[in-house]
Amino acid sequence: MAGDKIGATAVIGGGIAGIQSALDLADSGIKVYLVESGPSIGGKMSQLDKTFPTMDCAMCTLSPKLVDAERHPNIELMTYCDVVGISGEEGNFTVTINKKARYVDEDKCIGCEICFAKCPVKVPDEYNELLGKHKAIYLPFPQAVPKIAVIDAERCLYLTKGKCGNCAKACEAGAIDYEQKDKQVDIPVGAIILTTGFKPFDAAKLEQYHVEHTKVITSMQFERMLSSSGPTGGHIELMDGSRPNRIAWIQCVGSRNPEIGNPYCSAVCCMYSTKEAMVAKEHEPDLDMTIFAIDVRAFGKGFEEFYQRAKTAGVRYIRSRPNGVDIDPVTDNVYIKYESEEGTIEREEFDVIVLSIGLTPSEDTKKIAEMAGIELDEFGNVKTDLTNPVETSVPGIFASGTIQGPKDIPDTVADASGAAAKAGSMLAGVRGTLVTKKEYPDETPFNGDKPRIGVVVCRCGINIGNVVDVPEVVEYADTLPGVVISKEEVYACSGDSHERIGEMIKEHNLNRVVVASCTPRTHEPLFQETCRNAGLNPFFFELANIREHCSWVHQNEPEKATVKAKDTVRIAVAKSSLAEPLYTQELALTKSALVVGGGIAGMTAALDIANNGFDVALVEMEPELGGMLRNIKKLNTGQKASDVLSEIVAKVEANPKVNVYVGTTLESVAGAVGNFRATLKDGTELEFGTAIIATGAHEFEPKGYFSYGKYENVVTQLRLEEMLESGLDANTNTVVMIQCAGGRNDERPYCSRVCCINAMKNAIRIKEESPDTHIYVLYRDIRTYSVWEELYIKARELGVFFMRYTEDREPEVGDGVVNVFDHLLGRDVEIQADLVVLSAPMETPESNTELSEHFKVPLGSNNFFLEAHIKLRPVDFATDGIFLCGTAQSPKLIDESVAQASAAASRACTILTRDTLETMGNISVVDPERCIGCGTCVTVCPYEAPTMQDATVTVEEITYTTKKSEINPTLCKGCGSCASGCPANAITARHFTVGMMLKSVRAFADITDVADAREGTAAGETAA
Amino acid sequence: MTEEFEPSILAFCCNWCSYAGADLAGVSRIQYPTNIRIIRVMCSGRIEPAFIFEAFKDKVDGVLIMGCHIGDCHYLEGNVNAEVRVNNTIEALKHLGLDDRLRLEWVSASEGARFAEVVSNFTEDIRKIGPSPLNTDTT
Repeated sequence: MAGDKIGATAVIGGGIAGIQSALDLADSGIKVYLVESGPSIGGKMSQLDKTFPTMDCAMCTLSPKLVDAERHPNIELMTYCDVVGISGEEGNFTVTINKKARYVDEDKCIGCEICFAKCPVKVPDEYNELLGKHKAIYLPFPQAVPKIAVIDAERCLYLTKGKCGNCAKACEAGAIDYEQKDKQVDIPVGAIILTTGFKPFDAAKLEQYHVEHTKVITSMQFERMLSSSGPTGGHIELMDGSRPNRIAWIQCVGSRNPEIGNPYCSAVCCMYSTKEAMVAKEHEPDLDMTIFAIDVRAFGKGFEEFYQRAKTAGVRYIRSRPNGVDIDPVTDNVYIKYESEEGTIEREEFDVIVLSIGLTPSEDTKKIAEMAGIELDEFGNVKTDLTNPVETSVPGIFASGTIQGPKDIPDTVADASGAAAKAGSMLAGVRGTLVTKKEYPDETPFNGDKPRIGVVVCRCGINIGNVVDVPEVVEYADTLPGVVISKEEVYACSGDSHERIGEMIKEHNLNRVVVASCTPRTHEPLFQETCRNAGLNPFFFELANIREHCSWVHQNEPEKATVKAKDTVRIAVAKSSLAEPLYTQELALTKSALVVGGGIAGMTAALDIANNGFDVALVEMEPELGGMLRNIKKLNTGQKASDVLSEIVAKVEANPKVNVYVGTTLESVAGAVGNFRATLKDGTELEFGTAIIATGAHEFEPKGYFSYGKYENVVTQLRLEEMLESGLDANTNTVVMIQCAGGRNDERPYCSRVCCINAMKNAIRIKEESPDTHIYVLYRDIRTYSVWEELYIKARELGVFFMRYTEDREPEVGDGVVNVFDHLLGRDVEIQADLVVLSAPMETPESNTELSEHFKVPLGSNNFFLEAHIKLRPVDFATDGIFLCGTAQSPKLIDESVAQASAAASRACTILTRDTLETMGNISVVDPERCIGCGTCVTVCPYEAPTMQDATVTVEEITYTTKKSEINPTLCKGCGSCASGCPANAITARHFTVGMMLKSVRAFADITDVADAREGTAAGETAA
Repeated sequence: MTEEFEPSILAFCCNWCSYAGADLAGVSRIQYPTNIRIIRVMCSGRIEPAFIFEAFKDKVDGVLIMGCHIGDCHYLEGNVNAEVRVNNTIEALKHLGLDDRLRLEWVSASEGARFAEVVSNFTEDIRKIGPSPLNTDTT
């Protein structure tokens, strides 16, 4: 059966989850079909302006991933494709795809958008949440991938009425094809990953919010308004042209609402509203902003701190759930009527009301689940379980992201990598069978020959040609030093043009090529490929951007644009004349991993790597495996923790590829990605190519908080779990739980994420075992996010009392009594308590400091390890080859830890599955002769690429030992910061050398170096 | 004389944010003055004071350095390095009376309009202060 497995995976859904799964699998030798129903990949994240809690620009971080997915040789993008059938079984599925007609030839369209201007039909723009319009032929957004236009067949005049045809007339590339038909394709795959995401709640379903009113908008609409590339250019401006000053957000629109069948919390709205408020404040500091929330659910890493910052910045949070929007029948102004915490009814007017709409399952999920026979939960999300968070009920089909229920981007990305690990381990035996490695002809040897540069100036149809005088630029280029041939192309990127460029290289014996066309960010790799195919090193290619940076932005100034185009070509030619061939290096790689920490996260990661076919060393400080799970008795689902634990421990112990080292820690670590060495305290020596840190966290002992340690009946939630195993004392009539005991304060400013859910779990257990026990939960915000809201609902149904307290008026615990301020009554209330249970935060072991020094990876605030990027790289460290997962990263639930562990394993496998480690060509190198050993490069580099090494120097008769910098080529990312920082000019940033940069600057000023003039003459003569 | 003055402006843009922002300005067809020429670097952290001095020496009227917003850097903190270096360079340029001809701006990949605005403003500012004192040929 194993022999029949297919080394390919279908990833269904092209949002950030699908892209991440696709990239991980493709990087580890699995062929991927990335199927997306819309015309572009990117999903909901592409619509976001910024992301919380760091307010990073969403498009800046997403866009490189879109391009990576498009360029990856192992990924086949299938956009505008619907899945219409799934058959077969694990290892051998057939996915039937309906490729919808775009009416645009994918091979011909260059994404120039000229046809858009000619199209007479305006269509409401869904990408901009209907705030703007696009034409009937369009791209969903400017950075769309692939950049291929699509015709809205329902609106197109030609397709509906046979009239118009303007786009076909405008398209010089001849890409419009009105005759195109839908096409069905079967793709054979071994595994399937579903990432069809969510659908924003339709606010029109709740009439009381009046989303049809001009002054009421959805949070997605507000997001688009904030975007500088959005319909209002980043201005907060309503459809009636008004600029609101007083803005209110109403939380939980379509969430935490059992009446409409959405009892769950949407998990992201509290934070996105906070983010929107903060971004709006950046735009206009004087805005008056109010967020109406039942609880503020700032539960993720950095969220609580962000929420506190927002409050300090003046964002007002009101604890209330307004039941709708009030419209004044006379003035048409909008009001929010709400009940304050003190029980009074208030009414406030706002200029705009933003509805924080929740997440609901997408329609595609239901369709696909039916096709494949996948079990859904009661809300329509794909059903998974705590210890297998990315596996569906059908073997071989995995699910990641919001298809499982509401979650934020980092959790989605972790899931996505986790699903890739599972699919990868299933297909480990057929890895590499369906991917092809491109072969290139041998490079023409380069011996520092004089530049022989060929210049191609692209007309890009009329995109460049209508503004820039292309023949004039061609003629000018011919006069530049080193240029031996210069010519124009209508579309330099077309297939036949590539052939002509290849012939030109050979015919004129070129050693440099400059193409003047569009942006290198999308087209450089394409032309580099052309050069490689003609035996030219890819770094001998240079692009001059005369479209995005010239003809498109100076449309009304053709003469000046032509001058600019010439200058741009001159700069590119000058830079290219100093180009040198650069090569990637292939280094040997140790194909095994180290996992530090033997809790559920570490064990899961180790198993996933082992199942992918690699040896793993699993090191645990304690004498036995299990970590925090050993102290937990019941999981949130009611499962016995010990059952889950013994099952996974047995798997680890039975797996021949996992070597367990317990009761020891790391003594030292050396090396870098691909080739690490470590010594354990027990003397064991280990070699490994990649490492995962999964050292977990533990419950903080809340000494000094709420009389903990003073009275015996004040215990923590973990202690309570233990007590519940033998049953509570029969005299325990009243239990008081106090949330945030020792957390969300100055010492530990973060929220520990799991404590509210934990408290619900234990409260429910007490109530189910002894319904007459009174339970009070004293809380600041109940943060039972996502589907865990169900536990909160259940606890209330069982009669648990909830009372809110604020940080400035904390409850006081005395001997058998708790005093708490009641907001409604406006006075203190005394509760006779037999047992007081403190929900204490998680904290990390002190040994993390040592570990962070061993691996040179950073600890963030609060001593949790700091990932490379809080949104898109949740399990990567900035340093290559080292990953993290579980509560070592931040507090989280078991399923989240498990998903992250699989994700870390997947990331590790993208390295382990390679035959060799390939370095980048354009990295920085140190000249040891010039290096003065100051170590500036070490402090400047965030990737730990430069290190100071002992070196022996002999000057005349004196020999001494000193330090010299060495840059590890596998870690260098080629940013060039070290080269700029080096006071001795000892570091060369390849392809951006000082010589190339200065020459570019001089070329800008049209200063021709004497040497160039000579070379130019020589080259010119040869050409003639 | 001043009316005819067309300043020459050199910009260094990082590949991931500001160059992408310039691309977006193009895709969005946002028009801005033609005076600027862009040199691409992978990261604003690559820019050495020497490149800036070379430009001024070569009679350039204004130099604009553009990178990712702080926190957005593709290389994590290259822009922080850039900020330190450019600020130091501005200090040094004060001695030459050229400090107002060097500017550091953050432009993200989604800020096409902002890119155009930054470039337009800088061009106008340089136009107002006139040719570089080193640019004596300009009349």
